Amino acid sequence: MNILETVAESERLQRIAIDPISRVEGHGKVTLLLDENHHIRQARLHIVEFRGFEKFIQGRPYWELPIVVQRLCGICPVSHHLAAAKAIDQLVGVRELPPTAEKIRRLLHLGQTLQSHAVHFFHLASPDFLFDFDDPVAHRNIIGVMADHPEVARQGVLLRKYGQEVIRVVAGKRVHGVATVPGGVNKALTVAERDYLLTDLEQMIEWGQEVIKLMRQAFEKNPGYFTRFATIRSNFLSLIRPDGALDLYHGGLRAKNRRGGFVFDHLDYQRYFQVIHEQVKPWSYMKFPFISSLGPDNGWYRVGPLARINNCDFIPTPLAEIERQQFMALGRGQPIQATLAYHWARMIELLYSAEAIKELLHDPDLLGGELAVRGEMAQEGIGVVEAPRGTLFHHYRINEDGLVEKANLIVSTTNNNQAMNESIRQVAEHYLDGKELTEPLLNQIEVAVRAYDPCLSCATHALGKMPLVVELADADETVVDCLVRDADGRIRRGLDN
Amino acid sequence: MSGELSFTLDNQPVPFQDGQTIMEAARAAGVYIPHLCFNPDFAPHGSCRVCLVKVNGRTQASCTTPAMAGQVVQSETEELRDIRRGILEMMFVEGNHICPACEKSGACQLQAVAYYVGMLASPFTYFYPRRALDASHPDVVIDFNRCILCELCVRASRDMDGKNVFAVQNRGIQAHLVINTPSGKLGATTFSITDKAAQVCPTGAIMMKNQGYGSPIGLRLYDRESVKIVGDVAQAPESAGGRRHE
Repeated sequence: MNILETVAESERLQRIAIDPISRVEGHGKVTLLLDENHHIRQARLHIVEFRGFEKFIQGRPYWELPIVVQRLCGICPVSHHLAAAKAIDQLVGVRELPPTAEKIRRLLHLGQTLQSHAVHFFHLASPDFLFDFDDPVAHRNIIGVMADHPEVARQGVLLRKYGQEVIRVVAGKRVHGVATVPGGVNKALTVAERDYLLTDLEQMIEWGQEVIKLMRQAFEKNPGYFTRFATIRSNFLSLIRPDGALDLYHGGLRAKNRRGGFVFDHLDYQRYFQVIHEQVKPWSYMKFPFISSLGPDNGWYRVGPLARINNCDFIPTPLAEIERQQFMALGRGQPIQATLAYHWARMIELLYSAEAIKELLHDPDLLGGELAVRGEMAQEGIGVVEAPRGTLFHHYRINEDGLVEKANLIVSTTNNNQAMNESIRQVAEHYLDGKELTEPLLNQIEVAVRAYDPCLSCATHALGKMPLVVELADADETVVDCLVRDADGRIRRGLDN
Repeated sequence: MSGELSFTLDNQPVPFQDGQTIMEAARAAGVYIPHLCFNPDFAPHGSCRVCLVKVNGRTQASCTTPAMAGQVVQSETEELRDIRRGILEMMFVEGNHICPACEKSGACQLQAVAYYVGMLASPFTYFYPRRALDASHPDVVIDFNRCILCELCVRASRDMDGKNVFAVQNRGIQAHLVINTPSGKLGATTFSITDKAAQVCPTGAIMMKNQGYGSPIGLRLYDRESVKIVGDVAQAPESAGGRRHE
């Protein structure tokens, strides 16, 4: 447990709140407790979310779930749609989908991953790499990227658009579409739809390679910074294909420890609750999952692109596999622990998604065949996918009438909860400790959080429109200093006004 | 038109036969008047009030008003459109009509009529009722939160199926659909998916179980044409996204 998680005698310390750090679906904040010499004594990331989905879907028919729960998110709804659909397959007794149905779902998921990764890197994170920390905040955003690096911005917009088009063709809408039914899907692709998606695909693959090059250059320019910034040593969890390949849609659970050894491997995710437990802490609404055999102090783990690239034995598409090998060479046989390496791993997955879409689009199964099957009804179903941000668990129990009795959702950001906290503590300790806080310094905390691509990162880089207030209060809660980032991106000291 | 009985509907002559209502005559002439509780297979009910028209200046339900020679009937006017939209807006807040998550979306007559009268959202305060679903029947689930009290299922079950499975209990704001058994559960009745009552619901209140969202977006009943062209859910062939019509 990091010593900065909970401090004794907190009442004597000054409290700084970065509130909101903001998420897509609510608010997040960082609180820092400082002593009189500006030394960081406590740092916490709070996700103050309460969505209520697990509760209000109780009593609803199970077949509604993929449509209802995908509204957990506007950025990766497809992941929730598919995780719920996989759980429902279990409920209707389907262990194996017809080839057309599985491939349509995989295509949908790859389109989702491509667009989500493109949004995160180009629209949200690229200013962190293209500009310095002390770059004016009004410029340190996608608008600044468009001004200074128009080709990079253009590629980002069009890569995202391509992923969105894959989703629209399969699910009927770019956001919150409808593709799955119990035991399958509701349509195959027409030849015209397939040909439409093939039109720009080679360009997407080429841009996927270029952005990895951009990422690698950023690393090579300042390797010390990239290797150390917000870096923590963690376990890693992901799905894995039976042959050890990267697989975002289906597989067994693989967990590696800090040194890269297996904690468990190819574990049937129907038994996830035997190996993953959740801890509740009084200061956060979000639970802290951990690998039960390692305990809460040592069992926390990271999920998402970095975990998946660290965990897999190979990537089953040629260009992304070459990139994986170059990436993994940095670790010299050990897992890559650099938090900023998330961005690099994410772009390798973007390339993989584009390549895998190409392979699928040339598969004749996509154009027709059996769309859905049924089996013997069951009352419990568990579905797991690798969402863009990491492993996503949907677990439902229904009654004999088919109405939901109980639901448990462990979303990707929750899996990374402890890791994000550990990373901001590392940043606070190394970059903020003993210094008067300024916006560029506080931005470093956001850079650390943003690397994980949690839902909140979307709003933190919301084109400078999200007002950010940082208050410095003394022990009796009197505000002694205040930094405000206005909606227009300008920074001012609140107490001066 | 000489020798025929007729009235004018939005300034166009509409012939009718003795005993027809304005709605029946308009349908026979191919003129659409928006409606929800009307179904040509049953005696008119006049409860939803969506089919209101002006008859010689008076506002009346076209499904219950007999056609008479020389009537001057107005339907597609701004005033009537506003009234109809207001009625739809009240229906939407009285129940839980969450179109984005409803499997009937795109093939729902309530939604289609709401679009037809220009309703996109309701300005009224939502009631958010909490009515438990009845999923006790093996093939059908009843979502009482989506019932608009059109009584089509009541009439179909009573008058055509001869089962009298459904009823409306209480009055006014307390009125609600019930199942005619001591337990109040559909599973305790002889209700069948082949019953007429299973095919007539204009909303997502009576749904087949275990189906999910089988119609892709773009191919649902009202995805390509408005309700004015497509017609009622109860008259739609199953292949077009509607329910099987025995």
